[in-house]
Amino acid sequence: MSDYTPPLADIKFAMEAIADLGAIVASDRYSGADEATVEGILAEAGRFIAEVIAPANRDGDTIGSKWQPGGKVTVPPSFEGAYAKWVESGFGAMSFDPDFGGGGLPWIASIAVQEMLTSANMGFSLCPLLTQGAIEAIHVHGSDEQKATYLPKMLTGEWTGTMNLTEPQAGSDVGAVISKAEPADDVAPGAWRISGQKIYITWGEHDMASNIVHLVLARTPGSAPGTKGISMFLVPKFFVNADGSLGDRNSVQCLSTEHKMGIHGSPTCVMLYEDAIGWLVGGENEGMRNMFTMMNNARLSVGLQGLALAERAYQQALQYSVDRQQGRAIGAPAGASSPIIEHPDVRRMLMTQRAWIDALRALIYTNAAAIDLGAAARTAGDRDGARTWQELTELLIPLSKSLSTDVGCEMTSLALQVHGGMGFVEETGAAQHVRDIRISPIYEGTNGIQAADLVGRKLAMRGGAVITDLLDEFDGRGAALARVEGCAAYAEQLSHATALCRTATAHLGEVAATDPRTLLSASSPYLRLLGTTVCAGLLAKGVLAAAGKDDDYHRARIASARFFGEQILPTVSGLLPSILASGAPLYGLSASQLASR
Amino acid sequence: MNVIVCVKQIPDPALPGALDPATNTLKRDGKLILDESDSYGVEMALQLVDAAGGGEVSLVSMAPNGEVSGMRTALAMGAARGVLVSDPALQGSDALTTAKVLAAAVRRLGGADLVIAATESSDGYTGTVPEQMAELLGLPSVTFAKKVAVEGTSVKVQRQTEEGYDEVTCTLPALLSVTAGVVEPRYPSFKGIMAAKSKPIDEVKAADLGISPVGWAGAGQQIASVTQAEARAAGEIIEDDGEGFTKIVAYLENLKVI
Repeated sequence: MSDYTPPLADIKFAMEAIADLGAIVASDRYSGADEATVEGILAEAGRFIAEVIAPANRDGDTIGSKWQPGGKVTVPPSFEGAYAKWVESGFGAMSFDPDFGGGGLPWIASIAVQEMLTSANMGFSLCPLLTQGAIEAIHVHGSDEQKATYLPKMLTGEWTGTMNLTEPQAGSDVGAVISKAEPADDVAPGAWRISGQKIYITWGEHDMASNIVHLVLARTPGSAPGTKGISMFLVPKFFVNADGSLGDRNSVQCLSTEHKMGIHGSPTCVMLYEDAIGWLVGGENEGMRNMFTMMNNARLSVGLQGLALAERAYQQALQYSVDRQQGRAIGAPAGASSPIIEHPDVRRMLMTQRAWIDALRALIYTNAAAIDLGAAARTAGDRDGARTWQELTELLIPLSKSLSTDVGCEMTSLALQVHGGMGFVEETGAAQHVRDIRISPIYEGTNGIQAADLVGRKLAMRGGAVITDLLDEFDGRGAALARVEGCAAYAEQLSHATALCRTATAHLGEVAATDPRTLLSASSPYLRLLGTTVCAGLLAKGVLAAAGKDDDYHRARIASARFFGEQILPTVSGLLPSILASGAPLYGLSASQLASR
Repeated sequence: MNVIVCVKQIPDPALPGALDPATNTLKRDGKLILDESDSYGVEMALQLVDAAGGGEVSLVSMAPNGEVSGMRTALAMGAARGVLVSDPALQGSDALTTAKVLAAAVRRLGGADLVIAATESSDGYTGTVPEQMAELLGLPSVTFAKKVAVEGTSVKVQRQTEEGYDEVTCTLPALLSVTAGVVEPRYPSFKGIMAAKSKPIDEVKAADLGISPVGWAGAGQQIASVTQAEARAAGEIIEDDGEGFTKIVAYLENLKVI
């Protein structure tokens, strides 16, 4: 038996009632699937993931993936079997191009599979996730030959993919990359010799797949400094012969793997390229542009990790709170021992987790839907529609990435807290989720960078109107929300929160040009304010869809959203003063004053 | 080689089930899934057809509503088509009526070299339908198959017994009931699920098969009353004073397990 149960009904509700899956599958682009088909796929995928992938999660943590002398990396034995079955399942190819073996389904369907896969086993899920990023880059920017050679096997997962950006001196500042690429026409026309050291390469080396396709950022001779002079190269672990079989090994090796706080199942590799042979993906000096192509999807998927682990940790905490008897609940007979779920503060913790999970799912699935609706509009030649959905996508990405991963850290910690002392004991399993999720606010652009992106690029879109349009939509929902039984206070809080967002947005719009330090110092609290408000506004859409459906399930949707509106949303009120304040106090102490105490 | 598998669609055992207070039968108005016991038969059938190098796996199923989710799972695993006898009149059918309906559905498909069923369903547990079907179809019946191999015009079966297994050979066509664990059922792949969308399910009524009466009217049984199962008694806690193991040994001896 698995200890993970896919929350299929909640995923369906988020997709259909909030993210508008109906509009996506009604489009010509996604006419291959209807809502019932997606539901059927997710039911089977969920069963597979719960029964095959989830049971390997503890092995990932306790055994982990290990570097071996000679550069091999071994994975836990249970990962090997699970990965082979993942390849057989074909779920990894659902949303990709049918020309290369994909299913052509909307991205939101893959996001749902990803949610379940990540909940089941985050360390494992990173291997298909990185492969997915590499597939996108090759699909959009690769040559026809590259696509034909690599994509079919990458779509099935028989070959995996990696992204090689970071170097010791080039972390958040990708422009500082110094890995070199030199023409190697002596080897083959169009070939390059790649040399350099890359760090933090997720699933850079392993023995689950027969080949690994590395995408490596490097500089060609005479390239401009900074991000403008970076090119992307495809460097296979094994060369691919003309008949598709695997040939010699390339000159790329894994020097070591990191000893990390969490995601022990996922090997984080130091990779050494020594005159490794690779081929340009896209044009010379277009490496950063290529990266931006897949950045939105990558950031959304990392944001999803916060939701996914909050869900996994909640399931375990909930079960514990039902089983564990301790103390006498209010109203219980004298001498009785009550399950801790009956104690108000435990209830608060559980409801907080549940409401945030619903909220994050609303946010992330809406974000995924915006990507799909944008693609559908482009296919239909609807340029205005495409632009509108693209703007919403761009706005929501930093919210999905940052808010969800920050809250994911908070909620996994809260789930551990529900366990009391047992939570601090590793064998309980609650601690793994806290450790595993901690990377997510860091990688794929730290949450600080996401906040800077929000107040920099995203706030500036149409002079802030992309944000105020969304707030208008939420305000337009307020009156109907107030009429739903028990939701008047929620409606009031939502209206208050959108007003705070308007004030903050207008203020930051003003300081943007004159005081960049104040703008950036306000960026994180602003992201939390806007993100939480967007969640509340999206949950309200779900409330309106659930209202009038007289059954326990839909009543529960409303109760959870109401808790969010009354108990979580009001916490944003305290953020506005810090957003409106000057950024000067952040520098009130000099670096030496910070040190001298 | 053509194989027909009897599949039952049941309420998800992971969800709390409920009895209909009016009829004392299990409520089946929600979503139904493929009975896990039947997934073994489907897998067995797929492997036999594969080993034979040709042929098809077909499904027969009976449900009081038009639910097909469970059948779609079996089609996604690789079955080619199915007959669903879906009829509100079937509600309350006993095992014999069920066997008559399924046997008629097998005939509607034109019969097969082999008909496979689970030993019993996971919601009703009558455990008699396969043998009744064999009688109705005039087929030899081999029960509790834990290993199956087709050799020419006969089938060789290892039949699970309490002590071990019997080796049974019988001529084809035949009807087998297979145990859970006979094979490891595959998970439907994404491609299998998409392909299953267009596989035909022939939905018919009991009357189309000429079976009457069915449901409560045809049942030779009635459920007189239902009682709550006794709550499980609390376990015995033995304080270990260093000699706790002797009490455990005594307890196991008392159960005659050692």
